This record gives sequence, C-alpha cells and structure tokens, in this order.
Amino acid sequence: MRLTLKIWRQKSTHSEGYFESYKVEASENMSFLEMLDVLNERLISEKKEPIAFEHDCREGICGTCSMAINGRPHGPQTGTTVCQLHMRAYKDGETIVIEPFRAKAFPVIKDLVVDRSSFDRIIQSGGYISVNTGQATDGNSTPIEKGQASEAFDSATCIGCGACVAACPNGSAMLFTSAKINHLEKMPQGKVEHTRRVVNMINQMDKEGFGKCSNVGACHVECPKEIPLSNIAAMNRYYFSAVFTKE
Amino acid sequence: MKLDAKIPEGPIAEKWTQYRGSMNLVAPNNKRRLDVIVVGTGLAGASASATLAELGYNVKAFTFHDSPRRAHSIAAQGGINAAKNYQNDGDSVYRLFYDTVKGGDYRSREANVYRLAECSREIIDQAVAQGVPFARDYGGLLANRSFGGVQVSRTFYARGQTGQQLLLGAYQALSRQIAVGRVKMYNRHEMLDVVLVDGKARGIITRNLLTGKLERHAAHCVVLATGGYGNVFYLSTNAMGCNVSAAWRAVRKGALMANPCFTQIHPTCIPVFGDYQSKLTLMSESLRNDGRVWVPQKIEDSKAIKEGKKTALDIPEEERDYYLERRYPAFGNLVPRDVASRAAKIESDRGKGVVGTGLGVFLDFAAAIERYGKEAALSKGIENPDNETILSLGEDVIEQKYGNLFQMYEKITGENPYKQPMKIYPAVHYTMGGLWVDYNLETNVSGLFALGEANFSDHGANRLGASALMQGLADGYFVLPYTIGQFLSDEIRTSKISTDLPEFENAEKQTRERIEKIMSVKGNQSVESFHRRLGKIMWEYCGMSRNAEGLIKGRSLIRELREEFYKDVFVPGETNDYNPELEKATRVADFLEMGELMMIDALERNESCGGHFREEYQSEEGEAQRNDEDYTNVFAWEWDENEPRLNREDLSFEYVELKTRSYK
Repeated sequence: MRLTLKIWRQKSTHSEGYFESYKVEASENMSFLEMLDVLNERLISEKKEPIAFEHDCREGICGTCSMAINGRPHGPQTGTTVCQLHMRAYKDGETIVIEPFRAKAFPVIKDLVVDRSSFDRIIQSGGYISVNTGQATDGNSTPIEKGQASEAFDSATCIGCGACVAACPNGSAMLFTSAKINHLEKMPQGKVEHTRRVVNMINQMDKEGFGKCSNVGACHVECPKEIPLSNIAAMNRYYFSAVFTKE
Repeated sequence: MKLDAKIPEGPIAEKWTQYRGSMNLVAPNNKRRLDVIVVGTGLAGASASATLAELGYNVKAFTFHDSPRRAHSIAAQGGINAAKNYQNDGDSVYRLFYDTVKGGDYRSREANVYRLAECSREIIDQAVAQGVPFARDYGGLLANRSFGGVQVSRTFYARGQTGQQLLLGAYQALSRQIAVGRVKMYNRHEMLDVVLVDGKARGIITRNLLTGKLERHAAHCVVLATGGYGNVFYLSTNAMGCNVSAAWRAVRKGALMANPCFTQIHPTCIPVFGDYQSKLTLMSESLRNDGRVWVPQKIEDSKAIKEGKKTALDIPEEERDYYLERRYPAFGNLVPRDVASRAAKIESDRGKGVVGTGLGVFLDFAAAIERYGKEAALSKGIENPDNETILSLGEDVIEQKYGNLFQMYEKITGENPYKQPMKIYPAVHYTMGGLWVDYNLETNVSGLFALGEANFSDHGANRLGASALMQGLADGYFVLPYTIGQFLSDEIRTSKISTDLPEFENAEKQTRERIEKIMSVKGNQSVESFHRRLGKIMWEYCGMSRNAEGLIKGRSLIRELREEFYKDVFVPGETNDYNPELEKATRVADFLEMGELMMIDALERNESCGGHFREEYQSEEGEAQRNDEDYTNVFAWEWDENEPRLNREDLSFEYVELKTRSYK
C-alpha cells in the first residue's frame, strides 16, 4: 500500500517544529514502527537525518513508544500501543499524521521524542510501599481476596507511557497517578501509608504542571492498558478524606 | 589465568548461611562514605540499587532508557520460580536446585545454584510486601503454575505480566531511595567504558544521550546489571535497545566472558514473516501448560496448510503428530526449552512446518478449552451442556489465564487463537553466557561485579522457564548486598575517587576516539543493515544447531563484516547531540566482536549440551550428547583481536549425579 505520512519534525526542545510529508510504501503485515524503520532506512540512504522516535520492547509493555497518530495517542485501535499497531489497520492511499505526545509537562526533545521524567517524580513522591529488603514476612501470611488482588492488578498494569496525558485536553495525569494510588491501596500492605501517599502524589502531580481533570474520559479510552476511569473517582474521594484527616 | 570461584567450605545446604554469617561487615558510618555505581535498572540493577541504598551506601544508578522502569525485565511474561512448596507437591530447595542443575545440562556451578534456590523463597515474600499483585486462589493465598523441565508447580505469576509487576516493585523501591537522595539516578546515560585504577574498577565513562556529552563518574566499585546479548542475532525477543556493550567494554578491560555460545532459543515465539521485521515476539512458556504442540503426520497436509489450501481444523485428530508427547511421555509438552526448540526444528526441517516459510508448528488449545469448558459447566450445575456452551465456558477460562497473550497474538498475526491453533517457532530469547563471576558475583577484575543475565553463573547451558526473574532478583536483593561487603570492607580507608585521575582522562579520550572513528567513516550503509547481516550469520552458523565447518566459516564472515563496517558504515547526525543512530552504531560495533567470540567458543566446545547443539555430537535419536570427561568446565575467554585466550574453571558435582539428561 502507498501512504502519505505527515510527520512532526522538531530539532530540539526550544526550536520551532513543523510537519514534513513523506511518501512510503508499506505492506499490511508490517507493524507501524517497522513502517517507520523502513522510512528511516531510506532517509539514511539519502544521507538525511532519520525521524527520531522512541521505542524499545515492541510488544506493548515497556511504555516507551509515544506518538499520536491522526490525533490519537497510540493510534486508532483500543488497548494497543503504537508498537502493537499493524499496517493492516490502514488502507492504500491514506494520509497519516504523526505527532509526539503533546502536553505541557512532556516537553518535546526531538521530533517524536518527549520527556516524561515527570512521571518518575510522581512515583518518587510516594508511589511505593516502604519496606526494606529482608523485612518481609511470609508471602502467604496475609490472604488477599482474589477479586481484590485482581482489581489491584487492573490498576497496576499501567505502563507509564503517558497516553492518558496526551489524550486529555487539560493535559492531566489523573489516570496515571490514581492507578498507582489505587493499586497500592487495594493491597493490605499498601494501606499503611495511604493517606500520606495520596496527598504527596497529588501535590507532586500539580507541581509538575499537569492540568486538572474535568471528567472528559479520553484518558481511559486511549489507555493501551484500558485502566478504568473509576480510579480517578476513587482518588478524588481519598484526597478529600486525606486532606481532612491530615488537618 | 587461575580462576578461583571462591566457593565457601561446608556442606552445600549450609555454605551460604555460614558464609553470610562470617563475612566482613561495613559499619553504617563507613557505608555512608562509600560510593557504588550500578549500571542498568532492570530486575537485578534496580533491586541492587535499592537494597544497597537502604543499607546506607551512596549509589549512582545509570540507565540508557528515559526511565528506570523501561528495562526489558518488564517484558517477562510467565512467572517466577520459588521453592515455597505451597502446593504440598513435594517441592523443596533441593528439588529446585536439582531441576536447575539438570535443566542447565550440568554446566552450572552447584554452590551458586543452591544459593539461588534458597533465596527464591525470600524473593516472593519481598515482592508481596512491596505490593506486587500476584495471582491468588479463592482462599486469598498465592497461586502457582508449572513451567518446563519440572514436575511440581512452583511458578508464581501476575497474569502474563509477571516481569512488569516485579520490575515495578523494584522500580518503586528504587524510587523511594531516589526521593531520599541515597540513589542519584542518571537516566538517558549510556555506559561506554569502565575505568580501572590500580587494577580495580573505580568508575565509568558515560555518554549523555540527550547532549552527546561524555561524562566521568567515579565510585569505590562498579556493578554491571546490563542484561544479555541476544540481540547479536538481530532478530530476538529482546527489546530493540538490549545490547552487550557494557559487558563487552568490561571484557576489553580484562574481564572474562564465560560460555558466550550458550544462548537460549525459546520454543514458542511468533514465526518470522518478513524481511523488514524488527523483532520476534514471545508467547509465554506458561502456554505449554495447556497448549499441545503438533504438526500433521503427512507432509502433503503440511504442504496444503502452507499453501493455504487447508487449515489446522481440516486435519483429523488421528492424523496429527503430537511429537513432544510422543517423544517425551514423562514431561510431554513441558520439556525444557532447548529440547522443545530442537524438536520443532527437526519437524520443520522434515517438511512438516505449517507456515509459509516452512518454519513453524502448531500450539493448540482446543483440548484444554474443551476440558475447562466441561469442568466449568459441571461446577455451574449445567447438565448435558451443548458444544457451544462448553467452548464458550472453556474460552473464558483460557482468557482468564492467558488473555493478554492471546490478545497480543491476535494483534500481531491477525488470527484468532481461540478458534485456530497458534503458529509458533523458536527464537533467540536469553543468553546463559555472560561475564565470568565468582561466588561473590565479582568478575576477575577486582571491584567489578556482574548481576542477572549479564553474568554467566546459574543456568549452565540452558535456563529453565521462570528462572531469569528469580536470578535477577536473588542477585540484586539478597546476594550482592552481602557479597559486595567482602570487597568494600577493605576500602573504608579509601577516600573519594577523583575523576581527574589520568585513568579517567585516558578512558574518556579512548571513548571519544572510538566514537569519532565510527562517525568519520561516512560510508554508504546503515548501522541497521550491518546488524541485520550479522544476525543472519549468527543464526545460520551459531543458531539452533552448529557444526565445526559452519563455525569456522561464520567466524571469518564476521571478521569480514567487521572490516566492512569500519569502511562503509554511515551514521547520520552529530556526535554532540541526541543521536539514536550513533547509539546503535557503538552497540553494533561491540556485537561484531562478541559474535566472533561466540563462534570461537562454540567451536572449542566439542560436545552438545543444553542450548549448544553440535551436529557432530548427537545420539541416534537426535538427543544432545555431552562429553563430561573433557567439558565439565566453564570456558572463560580473554579477548584478543587475533586469537582470544581460553581459561577453564572446572566444575564439580557433589550433590547432583552427573548423568544423561532424560525427559522421556
């Protein structure tokens, strides 16, 4: 199939970006990133600079790939990262617009590469259970109800890609932050620090420049791991109660 | 060179406990003054960094990723082994030790493996305490499943994302230490050299991947937890960024590379389908708990399937060859990986393959779906359920167990594995070889440690499933934090290491020259094209089966390719800028040397064992034939551009009888 790609090029964080068009030929069994590999190989053979994009595991779990395709983070399919998207989702002759994840808290580094270190700092502000190596009791000493463990997993499955932020018109990181808070709150071990964790993580999130939540719900729709929106509602509840408990 | 593994005295079950109790300690006030560099933030690196920081050391941690959470440990699917015996099925530390030694085809070090089995239990406890959401039974207790090469159920799992959950546990522990300033985290920094001062590892040279700037970092010792080198094959289940460079730079500074030819080819991956393909995707071994591997009995049927004239469903039960169940009745579909992979190759080579390229076999869930469907109907009180109900209930059970894997398979292939069997073929997955380390996980270079997949120690010639997570975390949480004290207790009088020392200046200069050499070639071929060609040579001559003639040829092809690389590679962009092509180029340059060493190692080892199958050494039934007389030892290589030098560490087996591995 023959496609036209309109790709965002930007030399560095502070330089101005622009769209550049490329014609490519792709086969439907290619993954989307392999299609970009082929384009890059061509650009290199023409002694031009290839398109910078981040990727690593190429199986939908590391959370590295970060591009919006025709305005949608990770492209048109639900529950999929870009690296899992295959060209059979497209038709011959289509034009595809490829941009980096856009958010104030994710500055562009180059082309399609953005800086998501703000996510790390949110986790550092409280997204853990304070247990040193060697302090643990036997793994089976605290039974956890199967359904509850499974719900914790549904939140813990977050890959930290930032699609939720890029999808949100406010650039909010509520889904990311609430997923970690809920994962840990659902485990008995995580309840101990819960109140402190909620307050600290939300404060850090605000400090990083992420926007507020206005219940759009796009974060959940575009999340490659389909993390439920109910995480955000629960976090809001925890936050109110935490603020009052603290003061 | 004399290799001393420093295995403690005493009976195997007491070695670690006794040693741990008698080791030199570093007092808390001294720990604060000692700096440790940890390169890599996967399971081994993150767990080591977090634990060392908890103990009070000053840790500097490095990753080339944008975040420590991205390391490829995250992609491990199936699970982690632990000798908990929660299932009351006869498991024990000894049995896990025995299974691992046997699974490794008697080419691992007994004392290390026993310690690993001991630590396995603490890992589960630690992970649970961190909030890792393991699968649980209805009673709320931890669930288990089985993996290849064992007859007990000892694998703990978190759906098909066990590696992710364990890595996030370690990442969160690391984040906590970053927050309190005990770990200084350097993201997007790639290690390009290790710096030795008076024979001791005292620092590293890194390249800041955002600015291209070379930086010097000093410490009292250096820990490499930098993963495996499977990407030397280009196509593998590794992430695109996985590379050998950190380990290889250590080799170039005198560290020994042990058993480099021991690579694991994983039997259940999605087959190769195109020239532009960038990587292969693993389908977890856990699927072999319920999936049955088969090919048609008749070559005509395979041919018809390849041509698309027939599908798997057209082949009646009696005309299918469930070849693993036939050849290995005791273990059936759950034979170890090397055995299952070779068997798939044999069937495909016979013309029985079922994908277009001829390289692929079926992994079929129909029987399991039916069995689970009937059980579910019974438990729901449905009498005489019709076929449709059974299938639908059975598919629900399979979805709960392997949902994300089935979904991943469908996304990549466009086929629905609930309705049609999966098509799978072996692919490079893991490397048992790695930096030679002693019992303390210290390489032959003083103060240089290697953990996880980057070292060679525990898996012999073949790793059992769900053991990589176990080893990475054992090394990082429970072994290194103790053994590093053996080195550092002698360093409490050593003041801060200065990066102004001439050794640092030299290492930086050499690194700069190496980069300039590659950048200045300005040839016509991309880095990627060299990597692809290297991968083809490796797979052809040093892949699933090897022979002397091919290995000699492979070696010379690699030398030619390396020469061509330095004459005709083209790296676009600037040295002092964000430049992913340059990152790839320095990694491929190192792969071009590592690949040659793998060929040499495979040629020197005149036997078949585990993942190393030499065609000259096989039984009439095509099983691997070891030569214990000459090769019950570790090959540890000193690199030399012209002729690498071989050192051997003899292995002794006192607690497991050395015998022919049988899974029949």
